[in-house]
Amino acid sequence: MLEFKKVTMQFGALKSVSELDITVNKGEIVSVIGPNGAGKTTLFNVVTGIYTPTEGDVLLEGKSIAGKDPAIINRLGIARTFQNVRLFLNMSVIENVMAATYAQTKSNIFSSALGLPSSRREEREVRARAEELLSFFGTRLTGYRWEQPAYSLSYANRRRLEIARALATNPKVLLLDEPAAGMNPKETQEITEVIERLRTEKDLTILVIEHDMHVVEGISDRVIALDHGVKIAEGDFDSVATHPDVVEAYLGKGSADRK
Amino acid sequence: MSEQQGLGIGTDEWVAQHEKRLARRSGLLGILDLLNQKVSPAIRYGILGVAAIAFGLFVDDFYLQRIAANLGVFLILTLGLNVVMGFAGLLDLGFVAFFGFGAYAYALTSSGHLNQHWPTYLSVPAIVIVTAFLGYLVSLPSRRLFGDYLAIVTLFFGQVFIQLIISSDSITFPGNEESTDITGGSNGIPGLDPFVLFGYKFKGAADYYWLLLVILVFLIIAIIRVDRTRVGRAWKTVREDSLASQAMGIKVNNLKMLAFIVGAAIAGLAGTIFAGIQNSVFINGFDMPLLTLIYAAVILGGSGSIPGSILGAFVMSVLPEILRVQNYSEILFLSVLILTIAVLGKSWKKFAFNIALVVLIGFLVKVIVSALNIATTPAATWAIAPVSKALQHWLVIPQSRLLWGNIGFVLLISLIAYYSIAKEKIKFYLLPLITYVAIFVWEDRLVIEPNTTRQLIIGMLLVVLMIVRPQGFLGKTRVEVL
Repeated sequence: MLEFKKVTMQFGALKSVSELDITVNKGEIVSVIGPNGAGKTTLFNVVTGIYTPTEGDVLLEGKSIAGKDPAIINRLGIARTFQNVRLFLNMSVIENVMAATYAQTKSNIFSSALGLPSSRREEREVRARAEELLSFFGTRLTGYRWEQPAYSLSYANRRRLEIARALATNPKVLLLDEPAAGMNPKETQEITEVIERLRTEKDLTILVIEHDMHVVEGISDRVIALDHGVKIAEGDFDSVATHPDVVEAYLGKGSADRK
Repeated sequence: MSEQQGLGIGTDEWVAQHEKRLARRSGLLGILDLLNQKVSPAIRYGILGVAAIAFGLFVDDFYLQRIAANLGVFLILTLGLNVVMGFAGLLDLGFVAFFGFGAYAYALTSSGHLNQHWPTYLSVPAIVIVTAFLGYLVSLPSRRLFGDYLAIVTLFFGQVFIQLIISSDSITFPGNEESTDITGGSNGIPGLDPFVLFGYKFKGAADYYWLLLVILVFLIIAIIRVDRTRVGRAWKTVREDSLASQAMGIKVNNLKMLAFIVGAAIAGLAGTIFAGIQNSVFINGFDMPLLTLIYAAVILGGSGSIPGSILGAFVMSVLPEILRVQNYSEILFLSVLILTIAVLGKSWKKFAFNIALVVLIGFLVKVIVSALNIATTPAATWAIAPVSKALQHWLVIPQSRLLWGNIGFVLLISLIAYYSIAKEKIKFYLLPLITYVAIFVWEDRLVIEPNTTRQLIIGMLLVVLMIVRPQGFLGKTRVEVL
């Protein structure tokens, strides 16, 4: 589904990601772990077109997407959330989701201005779809919350809204950048279930960056560990978590021996 | 209702009520907030529409009609800029050039200058389309830019337009010996044809008024609809976070270009009507002062708010006219002053105390002045307008008005500057003093120089409003990062 072929991302003298080969199969949930600065978010930025890789290629369903415009890549089927949550803060909750249906809707400035039936119908459909997507998270983002500005939401709800917004673009692949960051244990448990439901109900292939190892353990079919832009381990959670290089990357040299 | 249990600090409910808690303010601002919430938009637009129609039907004072027509043009401009800046968040400083282009294009196609007399139903739509295309051309190099970078580039285009118009009065085409005068240079183009629509030849500002009213109704409806639907939402995402917007499949550059084009088309339309009303075009009407006024109108009303734009345009275009008349300007000055005290005082009690202190200071000064035997100007010479007459037994104007006026003015500015850093307790007593000095300076000095005073008042109004309500009259408080 999603393939990295010897992807290198270089900023000046710093190789943030170096000759990385990753394959994500259809319907899989893959977690990317690694200490800060390992190149995880850079990886996401390369996939979504924010960065053009210095070398190598990224393939979606066998077709190259490296260096394409972020909007085009999204339209090809890759949606993401952001590590630092980038919602449209001054728009309402439902508007945030409705806005993300832009690529799949057609009404232009004239049909909107004239209030043509086609435009009105589309507006109703978009709204219904947004309401449906927001109900994915139970009652947390429904009812009176629809019309609230996004900035009035709690941190956890903002993360949920960001996922709903990403879903509104009808993706095949979903990239989640630290979905459980800043959440309490109960919410973390919930987001773990949500990610699993995203795969089964929405038929998605999911790539997750996550620091919370309980989440990683709970969701991942496969775990990839990065350090200094290089893949140091890959496999199921247990094998990666106990891999000497991974332990060393997190805790420093020699810590694997002491254990 | 699973979250009803936790209403403590930090939960969602608490955050959700944030705005409401802010809104419950006391004093004058509280009342304004309440009015703002209770009156529905439909009623507001209805009242506005009825007032506009009544004005057109019953007012036949030529001067007032002219002001109203100019307001109409200014309103179109403000609504256009609100699309570019308020919706899409683009700082377009070349906006007024499109207005100028529309006006000049109409002048060239409807006057004896190039001997072109196009029918109005042909020239106006053609000009709007061409201006839109011009907006497209300008947006090509600007589409990747944001904020200050965009501002610089568009400012450049605006200035280029002015220079082009000024210097295009003697252009020598290849093969020709003599130069051709295209734009009239800095002399402008006088004697334009009036609009002719459906066989009716427009006679004066009143006819344009009705045309403008019709256009405005359609324009406002169209803009409200666009704002609420797909394109409007996408514009807002560009304004909010263009990177996230791109990641959601929105082609940010195209949308910015679209905003430019729409803004240009609206400005071009305003330009043609403006030229028609004016009967002539001059380049100095399309320079920075007008741009500043339009921006002030959008910001004053609340960037991104359509009712705000309307209110802002009204204030910025009618206010200078009101201030031309001494009596009106006096009333306005005093009301703004009293409003300021009311707002700064925060509660009605403090407000009443403040006013009482001001009155007291006035009589105190009067006593001191007569005790020191300082020569005064007799009231009959300065208290002419009704408001000054009301003040004549309270206020003292010294004989050397200029000297004391200047001293008072410097004192006033210093006091205000000190007020901004003073402690709460001192502020309370400082305010009445400032008020008294302000009234004195006004009656003594400012009234004699209406032109400077006009600018001063508009500036003062903007400063006060931006401090009290930075989001504009009807704007929403915007949250950047939270």
